[in-house]
Amino acid sequence: MEPLQRLSAQAVTLAYGRRLVAQELTAAIPHGGFTVIVGPNACGKSTLLRALARLLSPRAGQVLLDGRSIANQPTKAVARQIGLLPQTSIAPPGIAVEDLVARGRYPHQSLLQRSPERDRAAVVEAMAATGVSDLAEQAVDELSGGQRQRVWIAMALAQDTDIILLDEPTTFLDIAHQVEVLELLTSLNRRGKTVVAVLHDLNQAARYASHLIVMATGRVVTTGAPSEVMTEALVSQVFGLPCLVLPDPVTGSPLVVPRRAERTD
Amino acid sequence: MSRAARRRAALNLTLALIGLLGAVLALGLGDYPLTPAQVVEALVGSDSGFARTVVVEWRAPRVMVALAFGAALATSGALFQSLTRNPLGSPDVIGLSTGSYTGALVAMAWAGSGRLATTSGAIVGGLATAVLVYVLAHRDGVQGFRLIVVGIGVTAMLHAFNLFLLARLREETAMTAAIWGAGSIGLIGWDRALPALAVLAALTPLTVAAAPALRQLELGDDAAGGHGLRVEPARLAILALGAALTAVVTASAGPIAFIALAAPQIAQRLTRSPGTPLLASALLGGLGLLAADLAAQFVLPMAVPTGAVTVVLGGAYLVDLMIREARSDKTAR
Ligand SMILES: Nc1ncnc2c1ncn2[C@@H]1O[C@H](COP(=O)(O)OP(=O)(O)OP(=O)(O)O)[C@@H](O)[C@H]1O
Ligand SMILES: [Mg+2]
Repeated sequence: MEPLQRLSAQAVTLAYGRRLVAQELTAAIPHGGFTVIVGPNACGKSTLLRALARLLSPRAGQVLLDGRSIANQPTKAVARQIGLLPQTSIAPPGIAVEDLVARGRYPHQSLLQRSPERDRAAVVEAMAATGVSDLAEQAVDELSGGQRQRVWIAMALAQDTDIILLDEPTTFLDIAHQVEVLELLTSLNRRGKTVVAVLHDLNQAARYASHLIVMATGRVVTTGAPSEVMTEALVSQVFGLPCLVLPDPVTGSPLVVPRRAERTD
Repeated sequence: MSRAARRRAALNLTLALIGLLGAVLALGLGDYPLTPAQVVEALVGSDSGFARTVVVEWRAPRVMVALAFGAALATSGALFQSLTRNPLGSPDVIGLSTGSYTGALVAMAWAGSGRLATTSGAIVGGLATAVLVYVLAHRDGVQGFRLIVVGIGVTAMLHAFNLFLLARLREETAMTAAIWGAGSIGLIGWDRALPALAVLAALTPLTVAAAPALRQLELGDDAAGGHGLRVEPARLAILALGAALTAVVTASAGPIAFIALAAPQIAQRLTRSPGTPLLASALLGGLGLLAADLAAQFVLPMAVPTGAVTVVLGGAYLVDLMIREARSDKTAR
């Protein structure tokens, strides 16, 4: 059965100036799922995410949200449905955690309409969900990488969207914090959010995703449940890496184990 | 609101009160000295004696203009510095004041030294320079550092062009032009102050409306866009607003350096605010120009144009800023 979808890219051509990144790419985000996008560096994962969030308009094709092209919807209306944690963001120097998280409320605010209580509640809830409530008054640039990453996720959560897109949310984190962030995303997903994340660790992707999108140089190679998609043939085709795929001893999801590189000496 | 945000609000209130006190003091200074009590009496009292004429007709325009123009310049500086994420990205550094001067000189060369011609020339010159710098720096969106480098280049070219124009003006027109070019608020009476103040008053709500977008742009283009801001139109609108604020002031008072450059930086240090604070910058800018104008009138042994005082202070500040930037660049690596 085709999974229900609210957000999809339909035959989009994506480019920066004259640099063509993807042609006629089609990808659907299953509603209520935890989708993980994997693929080698520079294959266009961030670019696809930016197109899905309406940051990049496709040269051709369209991105559909609830059956309508997002290009024709007001940017703030889209931002109330889809949140994005970009690969790189800038924290204004000296900003307090709470104030940064509160900036995620922008799409819910206008000059004439404001509801400070709702904003306040969303900020408090987002900080609690990411475990940064105790840091509320601290300056973001004085936090550790892991704490900072959770603050950025809190900002995206404060946006209070049904769909949340995260570009490499686990980079710069130690293994414990990586797992913590992934567990956080899982619990958000269980509470009804549609989660889409770009990850580099194939084993984490296989373990946490309900749906995988595998990309290579501007195209989608395959999509589906990790147990069906993650095979030795696929990994060697997409990443050029000979490997074994075993069942993960903890969860039973596919576990990718690279073979030893052939020794030349 | 975090503790830091509450502290900033208290600081802004303090700055506003200091501005008010400063204004009352300044209204009492001059050949006919008045105590603060007499000034307040003259302002709000019912009698219309000589004190009232001195305060309301003679001194009030200058004080009002100092506060409002200083605030406008500083706000413009805060907008540009925030967009370029660079303390050097201020309207006077990227050529808007020089461009206004060019516009005024061109108007004088062709239409004589009438005030209307000079003012419109200066406004057109400033805005045209902003457009020129924006277009030259535009490549798939405008990025801060490129805007500054292009701006400095354009400033140098316009400066040379200004010297050429000055040399070609008739002698008395050249005198007027030179006085205007030094930047002075001393010659502005109510008749000239009111139109400029009215335009600034009209630009104020636009600035307030632009502030949330500015805060979003500080997070980087992708985060801002992800929050639903239309990044490039917002940036263009903020640049236009900043250019208009500087152009209006420059057209009435000539180029006044330093305020746009320094007030936002000092405001940021003082309030320890994330990003460039608009309100604190405006308050400090008003205070700064008022202080510079008082120094020009009463501290220095002979009367000098306000612009001269701010140029000297600005030059010193700019050198200091560049030395610090160079140092922090070295330690960063
Ligand atoms: N702003 C830009 N201007 C021009 N080219 C760009 C821009 N951003 C990305 N590209 C190019 O587009 C291609 C895809 O980039 P993208 O950032 O989508 O890759 P990615 O899959 O996210 O890679 P990574 O895993 O390294 O994050 C790359 O070749 C990159 O050089
Ligand atoms: Mg990427």
